[in-house]
Amino acid sequence: MGLDIRFPIGMMFTLIGLLLTASGFFNPDKTSLGININLIWGVALLIFGILMWGSALRAKGK
Amino acid sequence: MNIPSVHLGVIDYSILALYVVFVIGIGFALKRQMKTSSDFFLSGRNIPAWVTGLAFLSANLGALELVGMAASGAKYGIATCHFYWVGAIPAMIFLAVFMMPFYYGSKARSVPEYLKLRFDERTRAFNSISFAVMTIFASGISLNALAKLLHNLLGWEYNISLWVCSFIVLLYVLKGGLTSAIYTEVLQFFMIVLGFAPVIYLGLKDAGGWDAIKQKLAGVAVNPSAYNLADSASTSFHSDAWTSAWKPLLGGPSANPMGIDLFAMVFGLGFVLSFGYWCTNFLVVQRAMAAKDMKAARNTPLIAAVPKMLFPLLVILPGMIALALSATQGKGYQFPKAVIAEAKMPAAITAVRQSAASGADVATTARALSLAAGTSFNAAKVEELLQASKSGAPIPDAQAAIRIQDAVVNDYDGVILSLVKRYCPTGLLGLALTALLASFMSGMAGNVTAFNTVWTYDLYQAYIAPDKSDEHYSWMGRVVTVAGIILSIGAAYFASMWTNAMDIIQLVFAFVNAPLFATFLLGMFWSRTTGTGAFVGLISGTAASALFHACTISVGNLPGVKGGYIHTFWTLPSDMAQNFWLASFAFTVCFLVTVIVSLATPRTKSNEELTGLVYSLTPKQSVDQAWYARPGTIGVVLLAVCVILNYIFW
Repeated sequence: MGLDIRFPIGMMFTLIGLLLTASGFFNPDKTSLGININLIWGVALLIFGILMWGSALRAKGK
Repeated sequence: MNIPSVHLGVIDYSILALYVVFVIGIGFALKRQMKTSSDFFLSGRNIPAWVTGLAFLSANLGALELVGMAASGAKYGIATCHFYWVGAIPAMIFLAVFMMPFYYGSKARSVPEYLKLRFDERTRAFNSISFAVMTIFASGISLNALAKLLHNLLGWEYNISLWVCSFIVLLYVLKGGLTSAIYTEVLQFFMIVLGFAPVIYLGLKDAGGWDAIKQKLAGVAVNPSAYNLADSASTSFHSDAWTSAWKPLLGGPSANPMGIDLFAMVFGLGFVLSFGYWCTNFLVVQRAMAAKDMKAARNTPLIAAVPKMLFPLLVILPGMIALALSATQGKGYQFPKAVIAEAKMPAAITAVRQSAASGADVATTARALSLAAGTSFNAAKVEELLQASKSGAPIPDAQAAIRIQDAVVNDYDGVILSLVKRYCPTGLLGLALTALLASFMSGMAGNVTAFNTVWTYDLYQAYIAPDKSDEHYSWMGRVVTVAGIILSIGAAYFASMWTNAMDIIQLVFAFVNAPLFATFLLGMFWSRTTGTGAFVGLISGTAASALFHACTISVGNLPGVKGGYIHTFWTLPSDMAQNFWLASFAFTVCFLVTVIVSLATPRTKSNEELTGLVYSLTPKQSVDQAWYARPGTIGVVLLAVCVILNYIFW
């Protein structure tokens, strides 16, 4: 197939991760049970997204 | 429904917008690849197994499952896992090991087309018409639920939610066909998991961990009526009724909150309904049929089985967390419930007083209250209210109003959203709501793509316009995609207009689905089964479903749409028990009638014609896979893991 689905999935979660990370970083008072969940989950999504589109690029390069 | 409404911030809308842009973008990116009808309807049979596997799971995961399973988690506890560990995994493994070789190897383009190859046109027509109607209604029910949810939660206008969500699904399915639906289903799978995972983590932390939840639910089990979870104040279960999957079942219907006996659970759900859905429903089988080769097609349900096994963590645990929180002092959590309008409260108070004065029973009082207040009431709480009204001085209006409001049944469908509201700050809130939207869209796209394939190949090409060009069928596929979306919207309005619409639609589903697996089982594994036997068996099974329903009812229901409208021969302990027994009865009738009629009618297909369609007549192909990578081996491992999970939560 022409489209490797890992690429759009990775890009989308990278962008969402960036949004959440920025939100958590600039609004540290917005917590849940005392946890800055936006920052933590934002970074997690950022890493997941980069791994996804990174693996798509690697597969394309092979 | 009274889930506290929420206000989305800029970041929440940004996440929602990003998701919409990406799903529509995938549709447009795939548009160039849609050259033939096979590309549009079958993805050109060119998709890797991990993609079809996640799509197989995601197409089944509608918004109703996310909302409904959390509700069941609160109402029934960990026994809800039976819908996964008993009601899905064994059937998915059976599909991969035994049935997929015939679906994929026969080159049938749909499940009804397999029935035509194996039996005859009558069986295909019956299956394709009933399937097409059911997919439209399933899509409409889901659409109606989502639009209501968005209206109650975000204040979005019902009609706008309905049309905008439908238009987004239409756009990407129309552009990229089945491939677009499958690819976006994979994206939606990750969105659902990653959107709800933090809510589960925070809920567990808030409730004090699994051990604390078990402790709280033990208290709930011995006095369920205090939490509006039983219709009688005297109902009490063993302390592990909410935290054990099998022990309460072994005690019989009165010992578990589901009101189910072991046979109905294992045979009715675990065999008839489960295998009938996962092994014959084209909505999910279509994903496996789009795989790039036989190996990928067989691995599709096996790959899907892994996350499916763990999904109770994501969809059932929230309900149990909510119940534990509501039973914990100082947590300030209450189940969402309908609030009686101030204008209706005087009529409700009068209804209670009149019932008490006239000596009416609990059921009559509850009905009078429901009519006056426009919502449903818990029988145990109504009983307490009635007794208080009968004894001593009359209750003052203000106190009566508080007690009547307290007697309103909990709205368990609001559980998952009440947790989202409780734990998600702006940002994470947008992610969780996008996950909810994604679950709805994956379900609707699945229904629409299955509908357009069955309509075009099994009805239009077979009976209306055979021998047309490939471009013509591609064009028809796109036209019927638009028609399918419009019909779904119509079904959503139908479901929203009549309070009984949902019951009626689900009843029709049960009538048609229950006998189906008997036909496939005999067709694939007994070469003597004839076309006439299969058709008469299917009709008999469906009629048997309707007859069983007309002659049985469950406790607390009045004769009518809930059954018993001819005569009540059997009163079952719960609606769920009635459904499971209905399925068992219909399957048995269909099986026996198919066997008897097949033996009495001549075969119309030779052994050569049935090669590749029947197990015993299909030569075993040499497998070029290592023993540990074969579907049978993987299936055994998955089954063993499933047994271990059942043992852990025994």
